[in-house]
Amino acid sequence: MSEQEFLKIVFALVVFAFGLHLLVFVKTFQKELKKKAVGYLIAITAIVIFLVLIKYGLDLDWSQVGALVATGLTAMTPLVLAAVGECINQKAGTINVGLEGIFLFTALLGVYGAELFGGWVGGLLFATLIGAFIGFLFGLGCVYLRANQVIVGMALNIFAAGMVAYLMMAIWGQAGQYTPLAPETFMPSVSTPLGPLSFMFFVAIGIAVLAHVILHKTLLGIKIKAVGEKPESADVAGVRVDHIRIFTCTLGASLCAMGGAFMSLSWIHAVTNDMVAGYGFIALACVVFSGLEPLLVLVPAFLFGLGRALAPWAGITPAVKAIFPGIIYFLRMVPFILVLVALVIVGKRLFPRAMGKPYIRE
Amino acid sequence: MGGLVRPIAESGFAILIALLIGALLLRLYGYDIRAAYYWLFKGAFGSRTALLYSLTFATPMMLTAMTFLVGWKSGLFNIGAEGQLYMGAIGAAWVGGTIALPAGVHVAVATIVGMLFGVLWALPVIVLKLRGAHEVVSTVMLNWVAYSLVGYLVIHRLAMPGEAFRTIPAMESARYPFLAVEADLTAAIFVAVAFCIAIYVLLWRTKLGYELRLVGDNPDAAKYAGMAIRRVIFLNFVIGGLAAGLAGATQVLGRPPIWGVYETMGNLYMLGFMGIGVALIGRNHPIGAILAAIFYGGLLHGGTDMQLYAKVMAEIVVAIQGIIIFTLAAPELLPLIRKKVGKVPELLSRVKRKGR
Repeated sequence: MSEQEFLKIVFALVVFAFGLHLLVFVKTFQKELKKKAVGYLIAITAIVIFLVLIKYGLDLDWSQVGALVATGLTAMTPLVLAAVGECINQKAGTINVGLEGIFLFTALLGVYGAELFGGWVGGLLFATLIGAFIGFLFGLGCVYLRANQVIVGMALNIFAAGMVAYLMMAIWGQAGQYTPLAPETFMPSVSTPLGPLSFMFFVAIGIAVLAHVILHKTLLGIKIKAVGEKPESADVAGVRVDHIRIFTCTLGASLCAMGGAFMSLSWIHAVTNDMVAGYGFIALACVVFSGLEPLLVLVPAFLFGLGRALAPWAGITPAVKAIFPGIIYFLRMVPFILVLVALVIVGKRLFPRAMGKPYIRE
Repeated sequence: MGGLVRPIAESGFAILIALLIGALLLRLYGYDIRAAYYWLFKGAFGSRTALLYSLTFATPMMLTAMTFLVGWKSGLFNIGAEGQLYMGAIGAAWVGGTIALPAGVHVAVATIVGMLFGVLWALPVIVLKLRGAHEVVSTVMLNWVAYSLVGYLVIHRLAMPGEAFRTIPAMESARYPFLAVEADLTAAIFVAVAFCIAIYVLLWRTKLGYELRLVGDNPDAAKYAGMAIRRVIFLNFVIGGLAAGLAGATQVLGRPPIWGVYETMGNLYMLGFMGIGVALIGRNHPIGAILAAIFYGGLLHGGTDMQLYAKVMAEIVVAIQGIIIFTLAAPELLPLIRKKVGKVPELLSRVKRKGR
């Protein structure tokens, strides 16, 4: 019995991985054939197949599948916000590896702001504004001071790790964990057929769609892409490379900050030292998987979010624990390993040519 | 001499800026800045024990700094030291804790296995780099794979009976001998310093070192000179893996009282990333990195005193490190500030000249 159950779980995991591999392959073809629609279609099919297989593989009824989907949708919200921002950011040629740090710092700022300004609205705005400010500084540093983007991003991660521990003690006198109690601190949720979902989920989807439209249908989008591919030509054509990059850095960081605030104000309902634990890098993984397409981000974000949410569940289910001890660790690894696989397949064609390089006007 | 003064002045200046911002943060939340910094620096360098402790804390960080530094010299951003350090630590814990060998041989074998585990974790980066994928993305992802993998190995393969949250401690024969028991200092520091000096010699006194640096300084020239860039990249990541693996090994075999790995990575977490800051404070020079590691190790140890006596969370030291890195990462920032600040002495000297 338990062995059967175990096999089903392995089966589901394999499918999980397989769906993502499929995505990568599709993405490679898509770049060459320029048939984006096919990519989107197959991506959605992969999710549906995954859900159907998990339903029959694990013998769930539809309401359980619904709950599973709702879990995935909640877990994907911060990933979508951060990854969409980072997609635009990378399209313009800057890479921010500090998403992890921004998540952590703004998760704390969200709760802090909510307590300062009496409610989640204040918290969300506070976190987003500080996030925008961080992104603005990041942009200034990378554009005008020719700072190395990767190092500044890592500096951000290190800074946030120290800062959050310090602030938690400085503000609340708590070491490592703080749980706010006032109900107005938490974001309202919308009831759906799947169960209650935070309204931020819908905001995140809206932002992904909006980002897609901006990137592909507006002049600004063309400018952003030009700045990322060939900053010299863009400059000659009269595009302000510096302004565009500072704008995308600010936008990217403020979206990531919204995700961070969502984590503490709507999802985990607390601030802890280790609440982010790699989630920022999973957002980065989503960016790689989407091939820098804001709409395609939704697919890996859902799968990775769901995988992450399932990991603790798999870790405490006795049947699973008995047969595959430590499965939780392997579930946590999946997104990162898949990115490595994707990189082997796709290689460098994924990123814009000028990514990571500061543009110096001659 | 002038070539030496400037980098030291720049690093000092960056540290000063970071400490000032740190002071601002302390002030903002009503802490006593003087007490906090007094205990921070007293805990870091205020006594013989404190100094020795600073060396203990410096040991792994000077090595992870080598990983970053060697990569930097060839124009690569190797931020994979964190994951390679985890792997090195678990490799050393495996040999040190479970395989009985004669004293002397044991510690050497465990250290070497740790280093090789570090290299093992650098190999995928090389493959991906040669396939054209940027090393930043691949190293970042590998760090997190290592985090989960080592967590699994600690709990399910090497756990200490009865205390499942950590590995079996290294056997007596696999431990580095104590230099100062009161400061947890072991002979691992000699290995670390020797490794850093070896890197210095390699970079500036050998043909390979010349190639490594030329690929970073002028890749086109390196190509025209007929250098095999792929080979240089390969060796670069291998050296980085060795350094980070050794860092992990010293943290297990040379670091009481645990002599092992925690499931939470509590005794390893961030040491790889700290290496980036240490390398930058040391101005990407091996000798500078040794000194920077001792300085920053001092701050880390002083932080615990600060938390004890001034009630400020020790982690603010980590935040200060982040600010130092930011300041040093922007090559144009310091000249800009110098230009603004530099006007003051210029004005003063003008006034003086007029007075004459």
